[in-house]
Amino acid sequence: MAQRLLLAAGIVFTVAGSLAPFLWFALTSLKTQAEVEQVPPSWLPSGGWHFYRIALFDHDLLAYVGNSIIVAGSTTLLALAIGIPAAYVLARVRLPGKSWILGGLLTVSMFPQMAIAGPVWRLLAEVHGLNTHWGLVLPYVTFSLPIVIWILASFFRELPAELEEAARVDGCTTWQTLTKIMLPLAAPGIFTAAILTFIYAWNEFFFALLILTQPGKQTLPLGIALFQGEFTIPWGELAAASVLATLPLVLMVLLFQRWIISGLSAGAVKG
Amino acid sequence: MTKSVAKAMSADHAAAWWMLAPALAFTLTLAVYPVIASFVLSLYRIILSMPALGEPFVGLENYGALLRDPTARQAFLVTAGFVALSTALELLLGLCIALVIHAQFPGRGWVRAAALIPWVIPTAVASQMWRYIFNDQYGLANLLLFGDRVAEYIPWFASPGIAFLIMVLADVWKTSSFAALLILAGLQLIPDELYEAARIDGANLWQRFWHITFPLLRPALLLALLFRTMDSFRVFDLAFVMTQGGPGDATQVLQLYGYKAMFTEGRMGYGSAVSVSVFLAIFFLSLLYIRAIGSRLLERNA
Repeated sequence: MAQRLLLAAGIVFTVAGSLAPFLWFALTSLKTQAEVEQVPPSWLPSGGWHFYRIALFDHDLLAYVGNSIIVAGSTTLLALAIGIPAAYVLARVRLPGKSWILGGLLTVSMFPQMAIAGPVWRLLAEVHGLNTHWGLVLPYVTFSLPIVIWILASFFRELPAELEEAARVDGCTTWQTLTKIMLPLAAPGIFTAAILTFIYAWNEFFFALLILTQPGKQTLPLGIALFQGEFTIPWGELAAASVLATLPLVLMVLLFQRWIISGLSAGAVKG
Repeated sequence: MTKSVAKAMSADHAAAWWMLAPALAFTLTLAVYPVIASFVLSLYRIILSMPALGEPFVGLENYGALLRDPTARQAFLVTAGFVALSTALELLLGLCIALVIHAQFPGRGWVRAAALIPWVIPTAVASQMWRYIFNDQYGLANLLLFGDRVAEYIPWFASPGIAFLIMVLADVWKTSSFAALLILAGLQLIPDELYEAARIDGANLWQRFWHITFPLLRPALLLALLFRTMDSFRVFDLAFVMTQGGPGDATQVLQLYGYKAMFTEGRMGYGSAVSVSVFLAIFFLSLLYIRAIGSRLLERNA
C-alpha cells in the first residue's frame, strides 16, 4: 500500500513538474494583450489565436520555421548518409585503430562549442559559408555523427552474422552487404538516429548564433532568443512563437517515445 | 563472426576505409583541426577591430592574462558552482524519475513521454519560459507566492544569488529526464528475481532499494554523473538568453565569457585561450569517463 502511494505521488510529481511550467507559457499565448499586461497576472486566457497571428505574420515566424526545416532536414539526411556506412564498418569490419575512432567520436561529442568556434568561424568565412544554411549544416553534421554512429554501431552489432556470411558466400562486397542485407534490418536504428539528429539540429543555438547573423536566414531558437518588441518584450507573441517552435518536437515525443528512450541509452550503457 | 567472413572482409579493407572516409573527413576538418587551431590562435595577440596591430606571437601571455583576470576567475567559479549544484540535483531527481517510469502501471508510456517533454524543448524556449515565470510583474512565481499583493512582488533577476539559482533550476528542469533515462537503462539490467528473493526474505521497500537497487545501479549513476558534469560544464544558451550573464557577472559562465571576449570584443587570441582552457577541463573529465566506463565498451568493439 505504501509503495502504491509513493508511486502515485511520484507519477503526479513527474507529470506535473514536467508539464506545468510550459503549460503556463502556452496559456499565456492564448491570452489577450490586456490579460498579458495585467498585474497581478490572470490565470486563464480568453483571447484566442490573436498572438499566433501576430507572431506568424508580423514577426515573420514562418520564415524561421522554413529555415529550421531546411537546416534540420538537411542535417539529418547528410548525417545518416555519412554515418550509416561508417557505423557499419566500425561495427562489423576488423580494422586496426577502430576502438580509437569510436572513443575519439565519443570525445568529440563532448567538445565545448567555444573550443572550436573561432577556427570554424574563420574557415566558414574563407569559403563564404557565413550566413548560409549549408555553412550551419556542416558543423551540425559533424556533431551529430558521434550519436548517429554510436546508435547504429550498437544496432549493427546485434544483427545476426549468418546473413552477412550468406551474402559473402554469394560474393557481395562490403558495400553491397550493407545496402542489400543490413540496411533494411537496421531500419529501426536508423529511424532512432534520424529522430535524435533532427531534434539536435532543430534546437541547436550556439552555432546558429555564430553563423547566422542575418534575420532572414535564422532558425527558430535564434528567433526566439532574439525576439524583441519596440520597447518591451512582447510576452504574448513570444509565448505563441515558443509553442509553435516546440509543437513538432512534442508530437515526436508522443509518437516515438520508445525509440527516443532506446536511442539515448543505446550508446551510453549497452555499448 | 566466423573466420571466413573475417577473412573476406579483411580483403575488403580498402572499401571499409572509403566508407569511413566522409565521417573522418568531417570530424577532422570541423572538430579536430579547429581545436588545434584554437590552441595555436591562443598563442597570438589578435584583435579583430585593430588589424593594423598585426597578429604578433605572444607565447603564453594570453594564459597569464587569463589567470590574472578577476572576471575570468569569477566565470570559472560561477561555472564550477553551476556544474556541482545542477549535476547533484539532476542525479537525485533523475533517480526518482527513473524509479517512477521503471515501475509497472497502466499509462506508463504517457508518463515517460511527459517526462521527456522538458528535454525536447529547445533551450532557447526554456530560457524565455523561465524568464517569464520569474518576471517581476507578470510572472507565475510572484503570483503563486503573493497572489494579488502586488507590492510584495520580488524582482527575482535583480538579485545575483537568485538569478544564479534560477539558471540552475531551469537546467535541472530541462535535463533531469536525460539523467533519468541513463539511470533507467541501468535499472532495466537488474534481474527481477533479486527483488522476488528479497521480498520472500521479508525485506521492506527501503531495504530492497538500499541493498539491491543502489549497489547494482552504481555504474549507471556514475555514467550519468560524468555525462551531466561534462555537459553542464559547457552551459551557454541558458545564460545567453535568460540573463546575458547578469546581474553583474553572477551568471556569466565560462563559455559566455569566452564568447564575449572573442565575438563581442574581437579579442581572438585571448578568447581562444579561454576556449582552450574550457576544452582542457572537459577533456580531462572525458578521459576519466572513458577510463571509468568507456574502456569496457571499447573492449567489446575491439
